[in-house]
Amino acid sequence: MRVALFITCVNDTLFPGTGQAVVTLLRRLGCDVEFPQAQTCCGQMHVNTGYPEEGRRLAGHFVDVFAGYDAVVAPSGSCAAMVREQYPRLARTTPARTAAPAGLLTGGSAPATAERDDSFARRVAETVPKVHDLSEFLVDVLGVTDVGAYFPHRVTYHPTCHSLRGLHLGDRPTRLLREVRGLELVPLPGAEECCGFGGTFAVKNPAVSAAMCADKVHNVASTGAEVLCAADNSCLMHIGGTLRRQRTGVRIMHLAEILASTEAAR
Amino acid sequence: MSGAGTFLGMPAFPHNAAAAVQDSQLRFNLRKATHTIRGKRAAVVGELPDWAELRRAGKEIKDHTLRHLDRYLLQLEEAVTAAGGHVHWASDAKEANRIVADLVKATGETSVVKVKSMATQEIGLNEALQEEGITAYETDLAELIVQLGDDWPSHILVPAIHRNRAEIREIFQEKMAEWGRAAPEELTDEPRALAEAARLHLRERFLSTKVAVSGANFMIAETGTLVVLESEGNGRMCLTLPETLISVVGVEKLLPTWRDLEVFLQLLPRSSTGERMNPYTSTWTGATEGQEFHLVLLDNGRTDVLADEVGRQALRCIRCSACLNVCPVYERAGGHAYGSVYPGPIGAILTPQLRGTASAIDASLPYASSLCGACFEACPVAIDIPEVLVHLRGKVRHARAERLGMRAAGWIFDRPSRLARVQRLGGRLRRFVPGRLPGPLSAWTDTREIPDIPAESFRDWWNRTDGGAR
Repeated sequence: MRVALFITCVNDTLFPGTGQAVVTLLRRLGCDVEFPQAQTCCGQMHVNTGYPEEGRRLAGHFVDVFAGYDAVVAPSGSCAAMVREQYPRLARTTPARTAAPAGLLTGGSAPATAERDDSFARRVAETVPKVHDLSEFLVDVLGVTDVGAYFPHRVTYHPTCHSLRGLHLGDRPTRLLREVRGLELVPLPGAEECCGFGGTFAVKNPAVSAAMCADKVHNVASTGAEVLCAADNSCLMHIGGTLRRQRTGVRIMHLAEILASTEAAR
Repeated sequence: MSGAGTFLGMPAFPHNAAAAVQDSQLRFNLRKATHTIRGKRAAVVGELPDWAELRRAGKEIKDHTLRHLDRYLLQLEEAVTAAGGHVHWASDAKEANRIVADLVKATGETSVVKVKSMATQEIGLNEALQEEGITAYETDLAELIVQLGDDWPSHILVPAIHRNRAEIREIFQEKMAEWGRAAPEELTDEPRALAEAARLHLRERFLSTKVAVSGANFMIAETGTLVVLESEGNGRMCLTLPETLISVVGVEKLLPTWRDLEVFLQLLPRSSTGERMNPYTSTWTGATEGQEFHLVLLDNGRTDVLADEVGRQALRCIRCSACLNVCPVYERAGGHAYGSVYPGPIGAILTPQLRGTASAIDASLPYASSLCGACFEACPVAIDIPEVLVHLRGKVRHARAERLGMRAAGWIFDRPSRLARVQRLGGRLRRFVPGRLPGPLSAWTDTREIPDIPAESFRDWWNRTDGGAR
């Protein structure tokens, strides 16, 4: 199967290890993975902060890059939810006058935009159903829950809001974790409560964001887990930043990194 | 009361919320109350096998009504008039307050009793009446606490949710005498004792007041019937005892037929108080013998909201407050931080639509959410609150620095080569990134460590190693 990796801008820039783990894992499961070099960002930050035009242009770029693949796999519930939930909405609300948007600052520097944006809605409809979060791809498309991983540690799992309510990942990630040899999965109290990241919310409403995270960190610490796992590095960055500031000793790890670990690799 | 219902001139949400977060008593009260109601709601919703269908029915009935609002409003007016009531149309708060004040003055009375009503708070009716020499007495227990405490409501259903019983006891002892019958000398903070003090205080008021002002949860177009759901019985007292009843109701509270009520009498109590049915449901149609009835239909921005294709779903709201009780932001910031009679997630989308986004508080409300989606999941009429929040964020005016930052980010993401260059620059300078960042980014490093910046991006790793093959 010809699988395109959508590594996401946050993972690409700040958490390359997660992308590398996805590559290792999918190759081990027999996938032929490609990294389309032209990918950048899904546009979530722009859309959610109130810049729909920029977001729409990045969405146009995304569907251009990924339209030709059988499947697109993203190690981020949040970015996958952005594509699946918001792209059809962006396509539906594209105003007629911006059907051919100009370049951001330069005014018309991007060639062939008119042609591309005419087909925006069609490409969104084609591409969106092929975009999967990693755990969805493993469980639903490849049909595996035991990925042959070994990770002898006490782990607690935080189901990030967009994984939970945007993608409805359900128990897919924990089913995968339960099959990991040596891993002890401990339940996280208040797991379904938001950690307070929310993209630019963490900067725009720092007091509330910090209060939400303090409660999350308290709950994480109460489990006695060595590792906090999630399917989204941005939420982990927020919680992990607080865990480190409070010197709790709890490490953060993306689901992909745990699933990529094997006995042989140690 | 100190300007309750107006809230204007408040600082922006982040400022209000930062102060509230520091108030540990407030956070404790809110956490305890919201988690209790949340649990009760989940239990009674869970026992209905057809909740999803009910929710869809509620959404569709409301959407249908809003699409044909003009037609149903005229039908309502006709039915109310035929039943001996009088219908008044108010385009804004000022007009509505004027109508009510004139109606009260025509009776020659100088006081009114009130059933808890969001619409009259929204228009600042109590203050407007006060300017005309008319005293409005709140009769809902929580509203009474707010009124006696010279306070602002902080929750749609439980306006005094931010107060605990020790605080309520103090308010009763200090203030009840100024407003009528005093609290007993030996008042304890037992809920039963507090309720009894309020009951005696209010009983005197019900029996001596000739004019009542109410809102309504629903209006039925085909019959001209108004419906109020409540828990304490004070509403029923106000609706039946006085000689003149004036109901101020937002135009969106309409339902086409009596039969539609069946859906909402299941959705509302379960979502709001976590009960299968509320203790009192009162319905009235036109004027009864010996009583005069006036209905003031309030627009106050609602038709503007209706004109917005995405934002109009906020008008489906039945004011159950389920979204408040599950909201992690509301739980920490409290209701006052929203600077509106409609706090929480629904307030964050309804208030800036009704009032516009010119003031600091109104421009900040669409950002008073982490977009976690818990509110959408809990909403009994399926209002996609995150969708409306994002939609409104696209319409507010952004700060110049933010605009430039977002443009710069967009410019970098426009070309993969630019992104790669920025990543390499970051990798090279990573040792020079300070632990505490300057400017607006200090909000991040005040409580969190920034992640270690990697020496090499995924992109460069892929190219150097041919995707890990070398």
